[in-house]
Amino acid sequence: MSTTHIQLDAQGRLLHFLTIEGLTYHHLTEILDTAESLRGVAERRVKKLPTLHGKTVVNLFFEASTRTRTTFELAAKRLSADVLNLNIATSSAVKGESLLDTLRNIEAMQCDMFVMRHPQSGAAEFMARYVKPHIAVLNAGDGRHAHPTQAMLDVFTIRRHKPDFPSLQIAIVGDILHSRVARSLIHALSILGAGEIRVIAPRTLLPAQVEDLGVRVFHHLADGLRDVDVVVMLRLQRERMEGALLPSEQEFFQQYGLTEERLALTKADAIVMHPGPINRGVEIDSHVADGPRSVILEQVTNGIAVRMAIMSITLGHHHARLTGEET
Amino acid sequence: MRDAEFLIEAMTGQLQELLTRRGIAEPALVGIHTGGVWIAEQLHARLGVTAPLGRLDISFYRDDFSRIGVNPQVRPSELPFDVDNRHLILIDDVLHTGRTVRAALNELFDYGRPASVLLAVLVDRGGRELPIEANVVGAYLTLPADQHVRLTGPDPLQLSIQIVP
Repeated sequence: MSTTHIQLDAQGRLLHFLTIEGLTYHHLTEILDTAESLRGVAERRVKKLPTLHGKTVVNLFFEASTRTRTTFELAAKRLSADVLNLNIATSSAVKGESLLDTLRNIEAMQCDMFVMRHPQSGAAEFMARYVKPHIAVLNAGDGRHAHPTQAMLDVFTIRRHKPDFPSLQIAIVGDILHSRVARSLIHALSILGAGEIRVIAPRTLLPAQVEDLGVRVFHHLADGLRDVDVVVMLRLQRERMEGALLPSEQEFFQQYGLTEERLALTKADAIVMHPGPINRGVEIDSHVADGPRSVILEQVTNGIAVRMAIMSITLGHHHARLTGEET
Repeated sequence: MRDAEFLIEAMTGQLQELLTRRGIAEPALVGIHTGGVWIAEQLHARLGVTAPLGRLDISFYRDDFSRIGVNPQVRPSELPFDVDNRHLILIDDVLHTGRTVRAALNELFDYGRPASVLLAVLVDRGGRELPIEANVVGAYLTLPADQHVRLTGPDPLQLSIQIVP
């Protein structure tokens, strides 16, 4: 696959982080282990490492985002990088500037890393293909395609609670069709050897040939939740829906909403995850979202360490490649 | 090659004397990953230190990130005590250029403001590129630039000299 090649160098090291597809067990565990080392930084008096001192990271957001953008920003700042936030949804794109022109202009500001979110699938790969060789590109979500840093923070959170992936049954519930989070997470879980990955959704919210991803499909929440170790709830993405895929939010909640009664079908120590922002009373009940099994806010905290790991690994490989030295 | 245990015994004696001379009753020990931690574990037991052992991985503080990137084997740093006003003993296996110690001092100060920091190393092989000296040294070695001192362990701890190709 072309995407696989462009994010790796000739030795198979990560230069960009565009998609989980095509990565190895080793790539993922290197990120997870590095993130584990970075987690403690937030508990120190000085919540900062000098690693990316003097580097400039540009957050290029062509789509609204609060959590992802702010955690990328915090991650860069905790590595001592300078950060520039550009919300292009409200600027040049509206004035008709092409993606390539935007890219050339920001490159001219001498930056070292682009973090990009874009409504079009493949946009981050396009950037990676055309940027100057010293710049690393991180995909912060492209259309329905991928959201690889979210998948990494999800598996990081799972690993901290339940480290033995082959023994785990994991259910992903809700709007799989529009979810780049689900797609990336399924790839990451398969690479880490998860025991069973289930998707639970109405037919209208499942992509065609979803079984090809190696998942078990359920249409009834009660059947799919039985004995799982991890439940990942997805946000209902109304903004991406065209036409009538859903009867109503109330009806969706009745059939697919996670309530305490339904959570009781899972293993007694199962954890509940959600990439946020949550729609209370649409895909998840407040008692569950705020309950003792919920690790939703832990996911947010972990997102910072995981993004710090990916930033330092990719930029480090750029340096190693450009100076010809081995790590 | 000289026995690492023998050198650690010598370090223990020197450290006890130094701590007495400075009137430091309750120091905390901090080993630098990986070799420094092995030595620190032994010194911790021999000196009977009550504070739990600290471990530093200085990978994110190295001054050569912009040449070689992040060490893929990085481990978490753990300082399970309050660094403020504490007398610390920083421990590493080999003192060479001084760059690792520079990085370790920077990291320590991001945890707090220690009362003092002493440096204890198993081997000082010369070749300093920074104004850094150890307070306690197990052995001094004079080696040509193309030779490296390597500590393997933790059980048994063994020193060897290798020629760098």
